[in-house]
Amino acid sequence: MTARAVLQQADISRALTRIAHEILESNRGPEGLVVLGIPTRGVELADRVAGLLTEFAGVPAWSCPVGSLDVTMYRDDLGRNPVRGTAPTRIPDAGIDGATVVLVDDVLYSGRTIRAALDALADIGRPAAVRLAVLVDRGHRQLPIRPDFVGKNLPSAASERVNVRLAGTDGVEAVTIEGGTADEADAVSTGGPAEGGAA
Amino acid sequence: MKHLLSTKELDAATAVGILDVADDMAATQQREVKKLPTLRGKTVVNLFFEDSTRTRISFEAAAKRLSADVISFAAKGSSVSKGESLQDTAQTLEAIGADGIVLRHSSSGAPAVLARSGWVSASIVNAGDGTHEHPTQALLDAFTLRRRLHGDAGRGRDLDGVSVLIVGDILHSRVARSNVWLLATLGAHVTLVGPPTLLPHGIGDWPVTVGTDLDAGIAEGPDAVMMLRVQKERMSDAFFPSAREYAAGWGLNGARFRALPGRTLVMHPGPMNRGFEIASEAADSPQSTVREQVANGVATRMAALYLTLAGGAA
Repeated sequence: MTARAVLQQADISRALTRIAHEILESNRGPEGLVVLGIPTRGVELADRVAGLLTEFAGVPAWSCPVGSLDVTMYRDDLGRNPVRGTAPTRIPDAGIDGATVVLVDDVLYSGRTIRAALDALADIGRPAAVRLAVLVDRGHRQLPIRPDFVGKNLPSAASERVNVRLAGTDGVEAVTIEGGTADEADAVSTGGPAEGGAA
Repeated sequence: MKHLLSTKELDAATAVGILDVADDMAATQQREVKKLPTLRGKTVVNLFFEDSTRTRISFEAAAKRLSADVISFAAKGSSVSKGESLQDTAQTLEAIGADGIVLRHSSSGAPAVLARSGWVSASIVNAGDGTHEHPTQALLDAFTLRRRLHGDAGRGRDLDGVSVLIVGDILHSRVARSNVWLLATLGAHVTLVGPPTLLPHGIGDWPVTVGTDLDAGIAEGPDAVMMLRVQKERMSDAFFPSAREYAAGWGLNGARFRALPGRTLVMHPGPMNRGFEIASEAADSPQSTVREQVANGVATRMAALYLTLAGGAA
């Protein structure tokens, strides 16, 4: 079972650039945007998206507020796994009340992490709106959650593993997929990109 | 981590991991909504065979902030005073459905007995046993030190090279013991100072420097001075010099406090005997961490309860 590269470094950069433009487009500018990454790799992606938003918005003296949102304490599977460590939550000083919060994560799968993130957000403040940006949407949703901005739709088998590695966290940058049976792997290679995120 | 019984059994990585979780817990305690849903549906019993208002309410606050149901069981006036054994009490709590038992007991080793007994399936957190250990106190002390010394950059770090002077009744102090093991594991240099009669036998095997002269210890310019509480009830014992003699020799009075470098932190587990083991001048100074220790105690106990209770089978 070998790992297959699905996105290379240049693909990831392009995807994030497009996501940043889409965020500005749908928000009609940078007004009220706050970008929060979900640890671990969502945090690095959020930093990069926020940097691009600052650059593309072209508003003098505006830089996109960015932070991190740890969802560990809100997970619904804590009792099913060995206990996990936590990660810092950093909310920009201005807070999130009335803001348009863009949550950023690397892979969207069951949707349970995002469910936990929405609960965590509610304990911090009341945003005007919450959007979701993910680098990879691999399908298999277990909850009625759908991303607003997707880097790549990657139909996958549940038995496969999608690994995201980023320059800042891992030293190398690529999205790879590994595992699964031959049949399922075929299904992936012929699946093609789907429109929209919701599975 | 199924139980938290002592700091002696913690390796450095585990201890740093607990402090990191405590860091994140402390951050949630700055919010308007301090409650987390993490232990919803779990029951924590505070089983206290010794009086301790501070430790009990600290654990109670920690459990409640994590949404656990808390039952406080003070042994005084209970069936325990009618002669019920630890076994019967524990089995009663098991039948009630306790997921965690926070145990304070006058017998050293009682939490370990309960954890190994098979009487209960609950996680056991030691809240002080005899003269043995008080692990959450040491963890909150280490957490307070790391916070003061490194701030937000402390995450993932130990206390390598930090010098800590612990002063007082070492012989009877479970706080001192838990701190000695934990601080040494985290790489700190610990010096113990107290009256010769209040230094335990076998202290030569501990990973510490031992002395009886507080002024000499202060002259070393330690990063932190930790004053132990003098238990007045022990003053009548033969171990103790007179109260005045003790305060003169081993109290952190104004003159000694002023002899310390400005960066030296002054710590005390509380409750303080002001004017006796610690002068108000020291306790109320910016160098004092006494109130932070109390606040950090809740965050640290949240971390301990989370790590022992939240996970499923490994």
